[in-house]
Amino acid sequence: MLRRHLIAACLALLLPALPATAQQASKFIVVQSTTSTENSGLFKYLLPLFTAKTGIEVRVVAVGTGQAIKNAANGDGDVLFVHAKADEEKFVAAGGAVKRFDVMYNDFVVVGPAADPAGVSGSKDVVAAFKAIAAKGAPFASRGDESGTHKAELALWKEAGVDVKAASGGWYRETGSGMGATLNTGVGMGAYVLTDRASWSAFGNRGTFKIAVEGDRKLFNQYGIMLVNPAKHAHVKADLGQAFIDWVLSKDGQAAIAGFKIAGEQQFFPNAAAPSN
Amino acid sequence: MQDLGQAFATAWAMLTGFDPALWSVVLLSLKVSLGAVAIASALGIPLGAMLAVARFPGRGGVLVLLNAMMGLPPVVIGLLVYLLLSASGPFGVLHLLYTPTAMVVAQTLLVLPIVAALSRQVIEDLALEYADYFRSLGLGRAGAVATLIYDARFSLTTAVLAGFGRAIAEVGAVMIVGGNIDRVTRVMTTTIALETSKGNIALALALGLVLILIAVLVNVAVMGLRATAARAAYA
Repeated sequence: MLRRHLIAACLALLLPALPATAQQASKFIVVQSTTSTENSGLFKYLLPLFTAKTGIEVRVVAVGTGQAIKNAANGDGDVLFVHAKADEEKFVAAGGAVKRFDVMYNDFVVVGPAADPAGVSGSKDVVAAFKAIAAKGAPFASRGDESGTHKAELALWKEAGVDVKAASGGWYRETGSGMGATLNTGVGMGAYVLTDRASWSAFGNRGTFKIAVEGDRKLFNQYGIMLVNPAKHAHVKADLGQAFIDWVLSKDGQAAIAGFKIAGEQQFFPNAAAPSN
Repeated sequence: MQDLGQAFATAWAMLTGFDPALWSVVLLSLKVSLGAVAIASALGIPLGAMLAVARFPGRGGVLVLLNAMMGLPPVVIGLLVYLLLSASGPFGVLHLLYTPTAMVVAQTLLVLPIVAALSRQVIEDLALEYADYFRSLGLGRAGAVATLIYDARFSLTTAVLAGFGRAIAEVGAVMIVGGNIDRVTRVMTTTIALETSKGNIALALALGLVLILIAVLVNVAVMGLRATAARAAYA
């Protein structure tokens, strides 16, 4: 009887050896990118076109630019596709990536509640608007996550001469999370938010919020693409990654980017023709 | 508030529409979490049983540590597994990062302390009852452990289900080690997080309702099996 117990116990332990299978496609690359390109739906539109043409599957890990660069630096990805030019150039200079190319741009906008407590709605001067928000102590929700958008925002505060670190926890609120989460929080507490236009266009939970500030040249948002350095990380799929970069920069790829629309409006503007470096 | 009503309507439409994209996400969720729970149980139940019967110096400390580990934040486990599996990490050569296997590894680590700690408690209670019986049989420790696990098997399902609940519900670990890659590592919880970040609150909530339903179905299945087995055992 005990013997039977023993056997049954052993069986009970051995049975659940149920491995989860990874569906490994033969040809794929991992692209470290940002939430704006993923959340706006750009990749969902763009990547099938590339895959249909080349048979290369593109797996996107969408995180903040800071984290994307860090992941790429660890070699966890073949291509980096982000929007913080200064950091990208630093990354290339440090040997993390081969060469950086401009891909496209869009712009940042400041969104805020219809009540507009800082009186900035309709402004085309983002620095003046930031000064007004700070002067009135109107709530402002910041990403606070070292993403491309967060860095652009910090540069604008610096230009406005506002010390946001001192105001943090008061009218200045760092959510420490992604664009969408920060927009949700901002809408929830009636706080102004700096966001890229594509994320805002695709955002579904707007409440009374609308665009308060747009059209300032300082709100320019450049995206760059680069191959993670195979000399540093031998496993990087240089051929496949480069094929993706070449396609994105090609006439076809650029036209596809221009063709991506939300509610009939173009979201990203290809500008690969004039490489900056 | 209208989001709530819309969520139920959307959830219903998704379930009755048999959206293939939804089902592949649901299947991956189940595969990853059930896989993790299976491995964690295979390791955790014997570990718990051994801790239940063993007496050694520092045992109290080990038990406190094990119980405390039940509260490990998924994000921390995710980071840990990321650092291990990263191309720059010690296991980078395995190329497991951003695969379902990496997600199973992370969830196994997350669930193991829960299964082990709860098993330990269940089996220790039973061991006290059986102490004289084992002594009269002159049964060794290995035999005692096996017998205890077998006789406690119905109570142990609760430990396993607690582990499953933790695994299927967590988002922090699978987000980091899986990368939430569309059609590769996207599971229910990471989809919910993504849709929330897109501001699609009703859709996110609808997916949450589907997730709850699946958790209920898994529990019903396990309880059904348990009842059938119990009837067979005591008939």
